[in-house]
Amino acid sequence: MNDQTNKWIGKRTIRPDGVDKVTGRACYAADNSMPGMIWAKVLRSPHPHAKIRGIDTSKAEALPGVKAVATAKDFVEFPIDTAVPLGIQDMRWMARNMLAHERALFHGHPVAAVAATTAEIAAEACKLIEVDYEVLPWAVEIDDAIAPDATPLFDHIQFEGKPSNIAGKLEHKKGDIEAGFAEADVIIERSFTTRPVHQGYIEPHACTVSVAADGKTTVWSSSQGQFMVRAMTAYLTGIPQSDIRAIPAEIGGGFGGKTIVYLEPVAAILSRKSGRPVKMVMTREEVMRATGPTSGAKMTVKIGAKKDGTIVAGQGTFYLQAGAFPGSPIRGAAGCSFTPYAIPNVLSTGYDVVCNRSKVAAYRAPGAPIGAYGVECVLDEVAQAIGMDPLEMRLKNIAHDGTKAVHGPVFQSIGFAQTIEAALKSDHYKTKLTGKFQGRGVANGWWFNAGGESSAQVNITEDGNVVVTTGHPDIGGSRASIANITAELLGIDYDRVSVLIGDTATIGFSNLTGGSRVLFASAMVVTESTEKVIEQLKQRAAKIWGIDASAVVWENGEARPSGEHTGNFPTMTLAELGAKANETGGPIGAGSQQNTTGAEGGFATHICDVEVDVDLGTVTILRYTCVQDVGKAIHPAYVEGQMQGGVAQGIGWALNEEYIYDKQGRVDNPSFLDYRMPVCSDLPMLDTIMVEVPNPKHPQGVRGVGEAPLVPGPAAVCNAVSNALGIRFHDLPLSPPRIVAAIDANMKQAAE
Amino acid sequence: MTDMRYLAPQTLDEAVGAYAAAAGAARILAGGTDLLVQMRSGMVKPGLIVDIKKIAEMTAVEQTADGGFRVGAAVSGAALAEHPTFGQVWPGVLEGFNLIGSTQVQGRASMGGNLCNGSPAADSVPALVAAGAVVTVQGPDGRRELKVEDVPAGPGKTNLKPGEILVSFTLPPRPKGSGDAYLRMIPRTEMDIAVVGVGVSLTLENGVCTAARVGLGAVAPTVLLVEDAAKALIGSKLDDAALDAAAAACSAACRPIDDKRGTIAYRTKVAGVLLKRTAAIAAERAKGN
Ligand SMILES: Cc1cc2nc3c(=O)[nH]c(=O)nc-3n(C[C@H](O)[C@H](O)[C@H](O)COP(=O)(O)OP(=O)(O)OC[C@H]3O[C@@H](n4cnc5c(N)ncnc54)[C@H](O)[C@@H]3O)c2cc1C
Repeated sequence: MNDQTNKWIGKRTIRPDGVDKVTGRACYAADNSMPGMIWAKVLRSPHPHAKIRGIDTSKAEALPGVKAVATAKDFVEFPIDTAVPLGIQDMRWMARNMLAHERALFHGHPVAAVAATTAEIAAEACKLIEVDYEVLPWAVEIDDAIAPDATPLFDHIQFEGKPSNIAGKLEHKKGDIEAGFAEADVIIERSFTTRPVHQGYIEPHACTVSVAADGKTTVWSSSQGQFMVRAMTAYLTGIPQSDIRAIPAEIGGGFGGKTIVYLEPVAAILSRKSGRPVKMVMTREEVMRATGPTSGAKMTVKIGAKKDGTIVAGQGTFYLQAGAFPGSPIRGAAGCSFTPYAIPNVLSTGYDVVCNRSKVAAYRAPGAPIGAYGVECVLDEVAQAIGMDPLEMRLKNIAHDGTKAVHGPVFQSIGFAQTIEAALKSDHYKTKLTGKFQGRGVANGWWFNAGGESSAQVNITEDGNVVVTTGHPDIGGSRASIANITAELLGIDYDRVSVLIGDTATIGFSNLTGGSRVLFASAMVVTESTEKVIEQLKQRAAKIWGIDASAVVWENGEARPSGEHTGNFPTMTLAELGAKANETGGPIGAGSQQNTTGAEGGFATHICDVEVDVDLGTVTILRYTCVQDVGKAIHPAYVEGQMQGGVAQGIGWALNEEYIYDKQGRVDNPSFLDYRMPVCSDLPMLDTIMVEVPNPKHPQGVRGVGEAPLVPGPAAVCNAVSNALGIRFHDLPLSPPRIVAAIDANMKQAAE
Repeated sequence: MTDMRYLAPQTLDEAVGAYAAAAGAARILAGGTDLLVQMRSGMVKPGLIVDIKKIAEMTAVEQTADGGFRVGAAVSGAALAEHPTFGQVWPGVLEGFNLIGSTQVQGRASMGGNLCNGSPAADSVPALVAAGAVVTVQGPDGRRELKVEDVPAGPGKTNLKPGEILVSFTLPPRPKGSGDAYLRMIPRTEMDIAVVGVGVSLTLENGVCTAARVGLGAVAPTVLLVEDAAKALIGSKLDDAALDAAAAACSAACRPIDDKRGTIAYRTKVAGVLLKRTAAIAAERAKGN
């Protein structure tokens, strides 16, 4: 599509959900209530690791006001040693995460749930449930979990023939690393750690579920996928999917953390037992204790380069905490970290480590920021060792179209070189730092991006306007982008297009809002639907004019006769055709359902300037620029918003965010007060440079932009702090006590 | 499911009467920015709430005859910030108080609540200690006065007797050449709890420090009055040696814990760093007065 002639694509239109959100009308999951509704609360394990020998719920059931109690026995049974894959999840783990089965595997693990006429009674009843625990030794940290004497969380999981907490291994290999390192003039090898960090969505998990007497089930909840909610609820309750209608509420942030559920199947069980609609709302503390952060990690990265800056070999070993159930994002860590570079010899290995903390959930480019942290910090040291500009050295080694990535695919149309060149040419990079204890860091990042299943329906109303329904919860402005595309294709005003998110009964299957896939995939089905609608409109006009449909063109929102008929009939607008729909053949509308392919990865380059208060150890972000190949920016403001949001989260990850555990294996900072995400005043205006290299395999050139901007952040900040102080940091977060301790240790060393 | 009563008396006598009669099951409500949070999290479950904001004396700010100030225990941060002269005379006390929370919290939070909540990290307290402020409390046995530093007894505890309500803070008149300041260390720039907080009040005559008080927060079970730090400053021209000595005294006074908010080593070091920075601001202000 030619930019100059675009009327809506690339425009900063007002988001359709904006007014409701700023006036407080938007309906989030906890805003829903129903006649006869009751409340449910969850009893959580007080132990980080314990066998559950028995659960006696009789006293709770006897408490006046209690309507139903649920334990794992109420779920459909999934044997622990048989995989039940559902997307990237495994239902045997999901079941055990929602209600502990054989063991409680972390402090805060749900063990039972009670529904009662008030939330207070439900909470009171939880205290009356007697659980017979056999307390087991526990491990929350990787080193403790993989120590030879560690207590395995699962009896059936083995690694190298022995019971182990290493639940999986992934290896990506290319070339011969021994030979590669032998060619190197400089080899740097470092070990790093990162801490688990939470997605930090503002809206806690919440749902209302109503199971009617005939089994028809309605679920209101906020998630990153109503079809995922339906499927998981069906799996665990045995209710057929056709009987479950999952209605997506407005979502108050997800960042990957709402690609799984915690409450809906439990509420469905309680509703079925009690015959009442059941509402569940987590507290922030429950969110912090028992919903997914992303993994903490330990890793070793080794990179070899020649004096001229050519990287000849790279090796990475990444251990990621999965939490209580297998499934940490080792694919993102081991798969993405070396991918930006055309390195001939690579060995990248990931280990999935289970331990006694909450099960991890997806978090924006899961695993990739962790791997990038190690690789991009070592690259910085390599550049320093050979005396090259860190960005120039990276540019010399980057992947291009045709480069085979270490995890397999060959890049086809990437804008990585353009991204780094834009960074090099930026005012930011050209402006030198002058202050004492100021430093600059750069880093790159890459994320796969995804396609997958999407459905859409485009209907023309009788008054000639347009309603578009898609199946993806909108967490980043996708409704506005879809409206831009539809208005552009139909040649009508943006305000005439309404975009809705359908529920599972009103729109076809649509996969999760995740993997930076939503606009990529839904634009494809919306485009196909809209093109079908345009065909119908041409046919209707042809019928009215009595000419062949092939002689009608659709332009600027109007049907116009062409060829020999040019000028023979007055053009007909969408409104006119809409009004005549019934006479010309019935309602006008079309749908499309596809398993979309052709997603192309996204690259980001970040430049970060910091200043360190060396006495207090605080880091001030002076300036930050995020440069990213965004494909075609359908709605630039929301693309920039995605970039800025990713940067803010990366800065938080680098500087202050971390889970702190006490000596009893409990999270010690389960609140936004002590779990320190950045606040507004912590950040300067975050600059963005959108590099638009359209994806040729997409009708509008969309690439996916939501995840790549988090990937380089922790490394860029760490490189900047290291540059400011002349001290390399290997462990996140760079909290004030850690920085002061490093400065003091460095001074002591210098004095000796 | 236990019932909770709410009272908003107009007079202090009524408030003391109801509060004392409830014998421990009652809680005083000023701004509620600590109390309501604690109630929601299930930490406290009062049977009676006595709201003191309807009592005139508790929400008044007056200049006393000798030039000092009396500030009602329930005066909000926003209200004190709007007072025409308080912030000129006690900028350090005001900045400590105004650091609490956000705009929304400032509309409610009080110094009385901040002090009686008993947090060692309470932001208004170090500057009040440095100011030499005295509180008036009223209980079933009448009124008495206490120094601010004598009010907290430990985290979440005070030395108020059963039934006693904190009524007001009295700040002394200021000699010429006086200034005060408060600084806290937090990992973020706002919405955080002090890892260390330092209040300094001092008086300069011809460049020589003639009086000084130092309050130190978040490094011990209660906010501390650090007399050794004051001694190091008094008589000096606030030269490097004096500041180093005062900083060392602050570090020495620390009895911190290692916790999620900071390590012992870090807190101890930062107490000294902040003393120097706070004293410099207080001195700058003193020169202007
Ligand atoms: C979002 C947020 C941010 C915050 N940030 C900070 C911060 O940066 N720094 C900080 O120090 N604090 C902070 N706080 C805590 C709190 O706001 C302060 O401690 C505030 O000063 C409490 O005052 P209040 O009037 O709201 O107290 P209340 O909650 O009304 O009372 C606190 C306690 O003191 C008792 N009490 C109150 N008044 C009296 C009285 N006159 N006599 C006897 N007992 C009394 C109450 O019974 C209660 O136990 C924050 C709180 C929130 C919610």
